[in-house]
Amino acid sequence: MKSILLQPTVLNSEFPDTADASRASRAALPKRSSLTRRDFLKTTALTSGGLVIGFTLPMGNKMANAQQPPKANTAPNAFLRIAKDGAVTVQVKHLEFGQGVMTSLPMLVAEELDCDWTKIRAELAPANPAYAHVNFGMQMTGGSSSVNNSWMQMRTVGATARAMLVSAAAKQWKVTPEQCRTENGFVIGPAKQRAPFGALAEAANKLPVPDIVMLKDAKNFKIIGKPTRRVDAPAKVNGTAQFGIDITAKTVPNLHVAVIKRPPAFGATVKKFNADKVNGIPGVTHVVQIANGVAVVAKTFWAAKTGCDALVVEWNMEDASKASTVDMRQSYRELAAKPGLPSERVSNGDALKAAAKTVNAEFEVPYLAHAPMEPLNCTVRFSQDGDKPGCEIWSGTQFQTVDQGAAARVAGLKPEQVKINTMIAGGGFGRRANLASDYIVEAVEIAKQAKVPVKTIWTREDDIKGGYYRSMFVHRVSVGLDSADKIAGWNHTIVGQSIMIGSPFEGFAVKNGIDSTSTEGVTDTPYEIPNMNVTLHTTKTGVPVLWWRSVGHTHTAFVMESMMDDLAKAAGKDPVEFRRGYLAKQPRVLNVLNTAAEKSGWGSALPAGRARGVAVHESFGSVCAHVAEVSVEKGQIKVHRVTSAFDCGLAVNPLTIKAQVESAVVFGLSAALYGNITLKDGVVEQSNFHDYPVLRMGEMPTISVHIMETGAALPTGVGEPGTPPIAPAVANAVFALTGKRLRTMPFNLDEAAKAV
Amino acid sequence: MIRFTVNGERLETDISPTTPLLWFLRDNLSMTGTKFGCGMALCGACTVLVNGEPVRACSMPISAMAGKRVVTIEEIGKTPVGKKVQDAWIAEDVVQCGYCQSGQIMSATALLTKNKAPTDTEIDAAMSGNICRCGTYNRVRAAIKTAAASGSAASAPATKAARKAKASS
Repeated sequence: MKSILLQPTVLNSEFPDTADASRASRAALPKRSSLTRRDFLKTTALTSGGLVIGFTLPMGNKMANAQQPPKANTAPNAFLRIAKDGAVTVQVKHLEFGQGVMTSLPMLVAEELDCDWTKIRAELAPANPAYAHVNFGMQMTGGSSSVNNSWMQMRTVGATARAMLVSAAAKQWKVTPEQCRTENGFVIGPAKQRAPFGALAEAANKLPVPDIVMLKDAKNFKIIGKPTRRVDAPAKVNGTAQFGIDITAKTVPNLHVAVIKRPPAFGATVKKFNADKVNGIPGVTHVVQIANGVAVVAKTFWAAKTGCDALVVEWNMEDASKASTVDMRQSYRELAAKPGLPSERVSNGDALKAAAKTVNAEFEVPYLAHAPMEPLNCTVRFSQDGDKPGCEIWSGTQFQTVDQGAAARVAGLKPEQVKINTMIAGGGFGRRANLASDYIVEAVEIAKQAKVPVKTIWTREDDIKGGYYRSMFVHRVSVGLDSADKIAGWNHTIVGQSIMIGSPFEGFAVKNGIDSTSTEGVTDTPYEIPNMNVTLHTTKTGVPVLWWRSVGHTHTAFVMESMMDDLAKAAGKDPVEFRRGYLAKQPRVLNVLNTAAEKSGWGSALPAGRARGVAVHESFGSVCAHVAEVSVEKGQIKVHRVTSAFDCGLAVNPLTIKAQVESAVVFGLSAALYGNITLKDGVVEQSNFHDYPVLRMGEMPTISVHIMETGAALPTGVGEPGTPPIAPAVANAVFALTGKRLRTMPFNLDEAAKAV
Repeated sequence: MIRFTVNGERLETDISPTTPLLWFLRDNLSMTGTKFGCGMALCGACTVLVNGEPVRACSMPISAMAGKRVVTIEEIGKTPVGKKVQDAWIAEDVVQCGYCQSGQIMSATALLTKNKAPTDTEIDAAMSGNICRCGTYNRVRAAIKTAAASGSAASAPATKAARKAKASS
């Protein structure tokens, strides 16, 4: 392989953000990885004679204010092990919770390693600074960034191992490495010698780590870009996959289970409790008070749950939230009528005064629970090894670094004394990236007091009522059209709670009082809109809020794309045509919009009683458009078909990418049609799937996903960008069909009729 | 003393008769393939077969199991239909987070055991008790059709996605 040296770059500044990355042109030359030799740590303790490749990355300090990263554990700092039998085990540094990283990250490694794909094994990496997100400098999964930030890192791991295996073979055969090639798990020499990787691993491990490795040109990819079935699937179809909730006494002897009696309203605290009726329940072993309630610890879940039901707790309600949705709606709408704090996108608003027409609209979205299928849980065991105390945690978490720090504080230990085993998680959608590490911290509190290993399990009721919701938001928008029906000015006020203000990430995401996660999708709209004035009222309610699959885009795309549809109507134009007029400088967005329109048969006749609606939105560096085809039957919206076009840059695993877009559509439809957490006098009114319904099999539209073939050099976000445009696509289709404009989620045709 | 079989093994237990079957399986037998999702028979994650019928184990007291045959995800692959369903699940790349899939597979196996070629409406009726927050429903449907179409375990996957994927897995 002839090397062509490019400008050396620092790995973790190579992709400043996913949006920039997505605009980068296709690389024409092989990439030289810039990791230096000192970045690599070879660890031999793990294997008996295999090859282990690991490295520490220079820590990105973009979130340096968040918290001090813990010192490196003594755990093996390895990304890759090649065993003598040829098994290739990849440590996956991101949480697997459905998005497919246990397949896509190993694909990056395997591509450069040239190994036999069937020999790939994937394991989730424990908490360790070595597994920090390349861009964020802490170990986490979020922002649809797992593949993007791992793109060079994981390929470099594979290429480095490959180079060492080749060197080992060359040495053995007394030829030069340049005379050798690799194929499907073998090094092949000039005289057609063949050595399997497994047989070379031990010798390779004794060689120095190369300073420079070559990465493949995209045109030579054999694995990246090929639809590849998930490596985690077999264990998930036969019941052997072990989720966090599946930790048993086999893994943690003497394991107990805890269920917590939680406050009836956010902010309420325990005044006193009476456990008289609990203590006689067979299996119950402890009743312990923690910061957020009282935990019943037992030998089994059912005993703990029965005990929890029998527990009588008296609560201090003085500081409890008294929030009611009805009152909040009123106050949010009043606030929306007045300009808020100016965002980075401001104008004086004068453009509207001269407008020929003005379109005014108010939008409202409710609190939403994440409701992942696996209820939150966390197993904690304290240990004492001589004079060394420790704490071991098993949990499906998106936020290992934050959780490790939080657990250490509660445990009275140093972060490096807390070991976190990352378990595969049954969904998360943002809930398992908790800034307060709520479900980790409480489990540590319980195990510390009970002095036995404890698995704390949330009931579904705990989950639905437990907060950390997508915030309720109200938007008020006024848009002026000039005499030629072109947008002349756009005034936009947003009202809702902030995720970031008051969190350790405030410095990172909040500028001049504006939390960018409240305004994203509006202030950075790809539409060329003149005189745009965006302001924000950040409210405080006592109800904890959090990111929820696609964060601010969950509501901003609904508002922007509903408005564009309304404006098309006001301008007397077709909705697709109208949007095109504002995308002249956005070829990527335009292509996605056009593809969705074309593939859906936009403009062609539909059976009576059906209509189409379109929406397109850019988020997480990717662009997604949906065309929804709907009918209204007995007052109910039925979505028959969704046609999607998706540009996620270089598509690493098209099979998973399509699955993620399908998934994002279903997730967004559940919110659009049903999702609604409401409060009355501080009490959450929903509790389980009967009053917090989600989409079921019989309500599924057919979904066809078209992945754009762009020749892009880098992958961009996949997990989230499909969610934002589905609600507006459906709302716009319903408008086309009925003339009723749905501006409140979840959609309610009767309410919309009143508004018209 | 309650006597019944789990995956062909005879058991007897004297635990509290109101204990749900789910927690007996998970906590007493350490059989964790059957999942807890809602505790109210609303989501189907805990579906097992009791005398061949799909049952939500989270809401089924252990006392009701006396004399019954319980089959769980750990064993379903040993039945011809269960094996076909699991193979089809792999072929169609159904799973995402995977947490609901034990229940989905148990419901699908119960359906296909009784009905060798279910219509879409019949699939909807049999599967609507199983929630998937990842939204794998369309692939679940495709896999049920693939399993129904496979006369033997070795037959080819039915959909385009599965055929494409075959090349690289």
